[in-house]
Amino acid sequence: MQLFIEQLLNGIATGSIYALVTLGLALVYGIMRILHVAHAAVYSIGAYAGLLFFNLTSSLLLAVLGSMAVCSLVGVSIERFVYFPLLKHPPFVPLIASIAILLSVEELCRLIAGPQILTFPAELPFPEFRIAGVKVTSTVTAVYCITAAVLGLLWIVTTKTELGLAMRAASQDMAVADAMGINSHLIVSVTFAIGSAVAAVAGVLVGIYFNQVYPTMGAVPAYKTLALIVVGGLGSVPGAVIASLLLGMAETLLIGYADIPLPRDALAFIAMIGMLMWRSQGLLGSR
Amino acid sequence: MSGYLVTLATIIAINAIVACSLNVIVGFAGQISLGHAAFFGIGAYTAALLAVKAGWGFWAALPCVIAMTAFIGLLLGIPSLRVREDFLAITTIGINFIVEAVFNNFEFFGGALGIGGIPRVALFDLKLKGPEFLYLCLAFLAVVTALCWWLTRCWAGLACFALREEETAAASVGISPVRFKLLAFVIGTAMAGLGGALYAHFMRFISAGDFAFPLSVSLLSMVVVGGIGTLWGPILGALLIGVLPEVFRPLIDYRILFYTTLLLLMIRFQPGGLLGENSAARRVLARMLPGGRA
Repeated sequence: MQLFIEQLLNGIATGSIYALVTLGLALVYGIMRILHVAHAAVYSIGAYAGLLFFNLTSSLLLAVLGSMAVCSLVGVSIERFVYFPLLKHPPFVPLIASIAILLSVEELCRLIAGPQILTFPAELPFPEFRIAGVKVTSTVTAVYCITAAVLGLLWIVTTKTELGLAMRAASQDMAVADAMGINSHLIVSVTFAIGSAVAAVAGVLVGIYFNQVYPTMGAVPAYKTLALIVVGGLGSVPGAVIASLLLGMAETLLIGYADIPLPRDALAFIAMIGMLMWRSQGLLGSR
Repeated sequence: MSGYLVTLATIIAINAIVACSLNVIVGFAGQISLGHAAFFGIGAYTAALLAVKAGWGFWAALPCVIAMTAFIGLLLGIPSLRVREDFLAITTIGINFIVEAVFNNFEFFGGALGIGGIPRVALFDLKLKGPEFLYLCLAFLAVVTALCWWLTRCWAGLACFALREEETAAASVGISPVRFKLLAFVIGTAMAGLGGALYAHFMRFISAGDFAFPLSVSLLSMVVVGGIGTLWGPILGALLIGVLPEVFRPLIDYRILFYTTLLLLMIRFQPGGLLGENSAARRVLARMLPGGRA
């Protein structure tokens, strides 16, 4: 039982990390209707940038802030120079461009930082708990706290501020939003900046959590998060978060307790195809 | 011809067959597929299993391989009827990952060890290898191209074009989206099965990793770089993407970066592909051939 609870807590931690990556993807899809596969590239850039800043300043806070700044810049550049000019083409055109960006960034990281796995020797300043014999490690606590903080902040921004109102308006109809005096292209860029900054946090967090930073760390999340935004309902941020948490728990528990013959990474896609057959708008999506 | 050139040409010919088959689904019927390597793999595994476990010859197995791949294409095409565009892209990625996982994890498919010892193709007691096998692949490529050409002319092909342009309008004049999407899927996957069978008998050893998602991306890149929906585009794309890495072999460490950057620039500035409508290459060709169709 104790082991089960620890497994469950680990599963929720994995799910929280998925949620942080998926979040940006859901935001971007909601506003631009583009499958932003390169979001995972932004996430690995975030991990590398965080590691670089950490090695330079040996301050975790500066590392996270620096990495967020770098990733926002990268995200906005991808939007300005690649996606926006391709919006008038069929959706597979920006999708292929996005895959090309992901592969290019993987190669750039490999060429610049080397193919080896780098360690991220930071200590997360979070306490370790022991409740009724169940141990909650400091990294797990950190993942919970940071995810909750990011989600809370994002919820306030999107529902309580004028910026959030403009974001929702632009995601419903850009032309009408423009007519109402909203600079929707600017709003799109801001959305990319926010989503990419969250990806940077996820990148740094994953780097510390697994103590690994390597060029292809974005490869599996790139496609798994696509499956997650489908399960959650394309463009629905709460749906994406719920789907991520469920998948994190399902993966950890099924690998621990059920003898399934397939690797854990296939699970997301099976869930996704099942979801499409049963409820094609996703968990929280609307038609 | 040196063995190196023959091997390269054979791989390009097989890739061209598969790229043409993907073009039927993506270019002709407008159904995005990012999981085509799965069908290529299903063809290769069916051929390999029939050859190694059942001891069938290539020619006896080929109709079974094509039928099997087409049947699985039909089954997996059904999800695509419920979903469009973005959903379809993600669904096909998912199919690719699942098929690869099945090949990699079930003992029946050889598991992580793959399947080895696949015999060469025999034609009237003559074992085809080297240049002879290349000619066989080129012959099949010619058949596939002819079939694609015929598709652009026949009624079913025109119905697919109509669906690609505007599904609702096509449905309103009596073109069944269900029937023609599935038809495109079945034709496309059947051809991919043929490519897979040739690949299995050429490499003589296959494993799940050969049919992973990156291959689907390269196949789609071939179609996009060459010119999506055109007859010769996929073949040109297969040729370019096959030859470029070899030409840039001296830059071995930078070659994947070079190649992905090229793909990015291509899709960013020439999304219709080299032979697509209004492309620079096509305009130049039209100028060079007065009155001729590029």
